[in-house]
Amino acid sequence: MKELRLMKGNEALAEAAIRSGCDAYFGYPITPQSEVLEYLSKFANMRTGMVVLQAESEVASINMVYGAAGTGKRVMTSSSSPGISLMQEGISYIACAELPCLIVNVNRGGPGLGTIQPAQGDYFQAVKGGGHGDYRLIVLAPASVQEMSDFVPLAFDLAFKWRNPVMILSDGALGQMMEKVDLFEEQPRRTAVEPWATVGKPKDRERNIITSLFIEPQKMEEVNLKLQAKYREIEKTEVRYETVDCEDAEYLLTAYGLVARICHKAAQIGREQGIKIGVFRPKTLYPFPSAALNELSRRVKWILDVEMNAGQMVEDVRLAVEGNARVEFHGRMGGIVPTPEEILGKLKEKLSGGLS
Amino acid sequence: MNERTMLSEERHFENMIQAESICTAENLVYERPGTLLDVTMHYCPGCGHGVAHRLLMEVVDELGIQSQTIGIAPVGCSVFAYNYMNIDMQEAAHGRATAAATGIKRVLPEKYVFTYQGDGDLAAIGTGETIHTCNRGENILIVFINNGVYGMTGGQMAPTTLPGMKTTTSPYGRDVKVQGYPLKIADIVATLPGSFYVTRQAVHTPAYVRKAKKAMLKSFQYQKLGKGTCFIEIVSNCPSNWKMTPVESNRWVKEHMLPYYPLGDLKVPSEKETAQ
Repeated sequence: MKELRLMKGNEALAEAAIRSGCDAYFGYPITPQSEVLEYLSKFANMRTGMVVLQAESEVASINMVYGAAGTGKRVMTSSSSPGISLMQEGISYIACAELPCLIVNVNRGGPGLGTIQPAQGDYFQAVKGGGHGDYRLIVLAPASVQEMSDFVPLAFDLAFKWRNPVMILSDGALGQMMEKVDLFEEQPRRTAVEPWATVGKPKDRERNIITSLFIEPQKMEEVNLKLQAKYREIEKTEVRYETVDCEDAEYLLTAYGLVARICHKAAQIGREQGIKIGVFRPKTLYPFPSAALNELSRRVKWILDVEMNAGQMVEDVRLAVEGNARVEFHGRMGGIVPTPEEILGKLKEKLSGGLS
Repeated sequence: MNERTMLSEERHFENMIQAESICTAENLVYERPGTLLDVTMHYCPGCGHGVAHRLLMEVVDELGIQSQTIGIAPVGCSVFAYNYMNIDMQEAAHGRATAAATGIKRVLPEKYVFTYQGDGDLAAIGTGETIHTCNRGENILIVFINNGVYGMTGGQMAPTTLPGMKTTTSPYGRDVKVQGYPLKIADIVATLPGSFYVTRQAVHTPAYVRKAKKAMLKSFQYQKLGKGTCFIEIVSNCPSNWKMTPVESNRWVKEHMLPYYPLGDLKVPSEKETAQ
């Protein structure tokens, strides 16, 4: 049943996994996402019979996901930045074999072992394909504990609709912070068998093979062209974004996830001071809402893109804007979260510096 | 054409006529198992993979479990195993076959799941997965082909390469002081409480082929008990990369591989443990 609860983002995501009829979770502890594994270990199996297994490494986790996803079940894993790096080979295989699954990255500061504090340094890795070869993940970027829950069933639906891995790209703050969350009603686990799944070959169908090996170049190119055609369709149909106060905005803040929330506050303070600021937030980082942003960029004086990295999404913002408006960037790294005042200050600095 | 070749050609022709008269339905004692697809294998002449594939499919046929069996191919020479076995199969990343098998078996616990892996895949890059899968006692069968060399990539040193054995990356022979010792991974697996049945077999003579088949049959039967991992190492050959004829390579298995990797059971469940 529907329920209102105060929860951590990681717990809300885990609860949503149970409620969306997830069949299996394979994971490995890493801060700041271990609550997902802990919560599922405690509640999932006893409630729905869902498989929850702590693997010996993230490499093993993602390959367990590969195997289980190949049976057509709803399967997922979660980790944080270094662990997601370890999974990249497996993710590339999953993308090529066109297996549906959910991968959650609760992004922490890097590079290297980095810090356990929130960051957005994995944007490129998530959106541009962190593993080898030409592939794409559908990437959802929640900005609240509510969306940590809501994006889970959405992710599974998209994964099965497109037979493609879906990533929820969160961050250490969204994973750890507590907010009220309106939990959706629990869905039963599915019993339908996917026609392509490896579940044992009955007499009346050809054998199913899950593979990403196509050794003949002609065949491999065919597979690539098929994947690319799928990605073009996804770009047409699955774009999701949110605009706040953009109707009369002269200045636009672009940000995703947690930073978008902070930008809302910055815009609100700005408006109180008479500066007309709007906020554009992509909910899907891939497919990126390029057309909507392009349209908006024709109506504003300039854009300030804010991220918790050295400037990653800003490249997609600039590509989308196509020079219609100047795009400035402000970023913090290493686990530092920018404040609303800091963002507004940056915007005013650009104004006084001659940009108007 | 000299007299000798003529004679041998005549004999060959005679043999063919004889063969045709012998090949009749009532004389048939041995045929291709139904789940082994009727296609030409890519394996080199004399390679043990073909025999091991056949044995697996014979067992699947005899147990009537084609519709309940899911196999995992590795990365290595047997990466194309799914081209030959008429069952649902997955091709796993290098070394990760047992992780993929774990994923499958956990969501489909009633099905039969096996991996088929070479020594590089299972005992080098996949050592972690191998150990932990067996230690969790996943109810799967692991078939491990040990021929002491990386076949697919062209004969490089494997974790199982014998001391002094020449490969393309140990061109002067494996020096254990530099490159370490051959890994007896079946022995390690046998020490783990999660493994149920661990055995080392070979396929270089008909008698050993039959023994290997028995081990496979037992392993599938044990899988139904749900009591742990079955692990069959098959000490095999690699004529191409050993640069030998098939016959020479089989002799080399006997004279060099088997003294280091002695055949036989390493862990056998008790009667009580195998009681249904």
